[in-house]
Amino acid sequence: MLQLDNITKSFGARPALNRVTFAVRDGRMTGFVGGNGAGKTTAMRILLGVLNSDAGEIHLDGKPLGAEQRRRFGYMPEERGLYPKMKVREQLVYLARLHGFTSAAAGRNADSLLEELGLGERRDSTLESLSLGNQQRAQIAASLVHDPEVLVLDEPFSGLDPLAVDTVVEALKQRAAAGASVLFSSHQLEIVERLCDDLVIIAEGSIRASGEREALRAQHSAPRYAIECSTDLGWLRAEPDITVVEFDGGHATFDAVEPAAAQRVLRRAVSDGDVTSFAPQRASLAQIFREVI
Amino acid sequence: MNANTTARRSPSFTQSVALVAEREITTRLRSKSFLITTGILLLLVLGGVIAGGIMSKNVSTTPVAVVSSLESELSNIDGLEITIVENRAEAEDLVTAGTVEAAVVPSADGATVPVTVIAESEAPSSLMQGLSVSPELVLLDPSDTSFLLSYLAAFGFGIIFFASGMTFGPMIAQSVVEEKQTRIVEILMSAVPVSALMAGKVIGNSLLAFAQIIAIAVLAIVGLSVTGQAELLTLLGAPLLWFVGFFIIGFILLAALFAAVGAMVSRQEDLGSTMTPVTMLIMLPYFAIIFLHDNPVALAIMSYVPFSAPVGMPMRLFLGTAAWWEPLISLVLLLITAGLAVLLGARIYNNSLLKVGSRVSWSQALKG
Repeated sequence: MLQLDNITKSFGARPALNRVTFAVRDGRMTGFVGGNGAGKTTAMRILLGVLNSDAGEIHLDGKPLGAEQRRRFGYMPEERGLYPKMKVREQLVYLARLHGFTSAAAGRNADSLLEELGLGERRDSTLESLSLGNQQRAQIAASLVHDPEVLVLDEPFSGLDPLAVDTVVEALKQRAAAGASVLFSSHQLEIVERLCDDLVIIAEGSIRASGEREALRAQHSAPRYAIECSTDLGWLRAEPDITVVEFDGGHATFDAVEPAAAQRVLRRAVSDGDVTSFAPQRASLAQIFREVI
Repeated sequence: MNANTTARRSPSFTQSVALVAEREITTRLRSKSFLITTGILLLLVLGGVIAGGIMSKNVSTTPVAVVSSLESELSNIDGLEITIVENRAEAEDLVTAGTVEAAVVPSADGATVPVTVIAESEAPSSLMQGLSVSPELVLLDPSDTSFLLSYLAAFGFGIIFFASGMTFGPMIAQSVVEEKQTRIVEILMSAVPVSALMAGKVIGNSLLAFAQIIAIAVLAIVGLSVTGQAELLTLLGAPLLWFVGFFIIGFILLAALFAAVGAMVSRQEDLGSTMTPVTMLIMLPYFAIIFLHDNPVALAIMSYVPFSAPVGMPMRLFLGTAAWWEPLISLVLLLITAGLAVLLGARIYNNSLLKVGSRVSWSQALKG
């Protein structure tokens, strides 16, 4: 587990991070969400040791994080970068070797990764000759080629077409399933919502919310339910402890003071006719995001 | 994953440097423009050597003065343009004036050899070999290597240092900017220490420059011996070796500075402005050597100033005006300066690498 504690950083007089504290757990995908300039990139750079923090500590599995452990990190910077005139496979082999792989092992890793990401046929093309989408895939490959135990990806999905997003998502999920800790930031809240197990929300350099996605959603949700049934739900308005939010014949959205009240509504609806759907309404990530920042 | 964990061993600092250097070298060797420039440089050297060979052979007649009593001695030597003089004094005047290359006069009484050859700084070989007896040789000004030769040597050392500096220096700066511009530098920085990154770049490109200079030196030496200009070779030999030594350290000095100024900008377009001061450090010694090579004081100063020493000191050795300890002191000075430049360069490099956008100011780059 990667744990950040009270990381603080300012650039001159401008504060960038203020006592940032959160954890990235093993085998889980952690979404890192925040507006532009919120401090995501700075936090990630500090994690990677590319920048130094002014104060605060980072621990990996309980030990202070050092250069040696960072060698086993995979990083994809926000602004993409690989050598434009170097062949894709060569760059991957080079990067893996910089991380301590032998040539042979680096070559094997690069080959299997290129296949996995659908770049097998372009392995000997220069980066600049690839389409933008494929350049993005190559970039992902660059962060994965040394089998990192911790992955830090800054906006890994920006610029990807939906098909490439799926390929990359699959690759990341697989790494997480194999035990890697994955921290990724994204502006695309739907993707984060779909993908992440844990969530960290940052605004103006401070962490506004962090924890398991479902717990956060529950925490930020009103006790709201949606029900749909074959009969008219007009009687709902008269129910005690229930506030109707939206109503349209057989469809209604309501807030219940306590779960028992909602269950009472469900029982009555079932006795009146067929209920086709009944579900608590969880706040979407976008709602939580707007609420906390 | 276990198989891969065993395949991975954290690379040492030297291994990281070697990897970076290796990439620099292979990238350069694949670049067409680099190969073409090197080819042209080698061709120029080869051309110069061959031209020198042809010129030295094409001198059809050697003007020689002879005292009338010895005229018969020269009658069966080809390729001489003979001027008959009355006495030794008149012959010496002609030699000093440069009207003739050498004069043949009777030896003073009591000498073992009856014939003496007088020349300015060296005797024409055709004359020396043609005489039936091995004559006594009197050189009027033995230390004075001919002006043309010294000019060519000055020009040669200068242009080689200039060409290498101007080829590899900006190349290093560009390769630093490329990594910054494409932002791969962030990935690299997360993998290896910044100092290893810079050291790899400086060493990789320096090795290439050394290979180029050694190729030039070998080509020149082989060329000179093949074209029968071995005398020039013996004159050039030791200074040439010193030049290689000075060049190596001088080049590292420049390479560190170029890497540093490259790190200060984020786009190739902005490179010109930060690179100018370092480019000047190559240009000024070049022009100074060409224009001031016959001014002993200026040359002596230049042979100690670290930026011009790689050209100035070999030049003085070639002219024979430097004592044996002088190149050593100059080399130590250069070594210290290079060490300081590497430290300074590493500092600027370190402070500037992640600063993107406008050019990093000198104060920012130095203070961090």
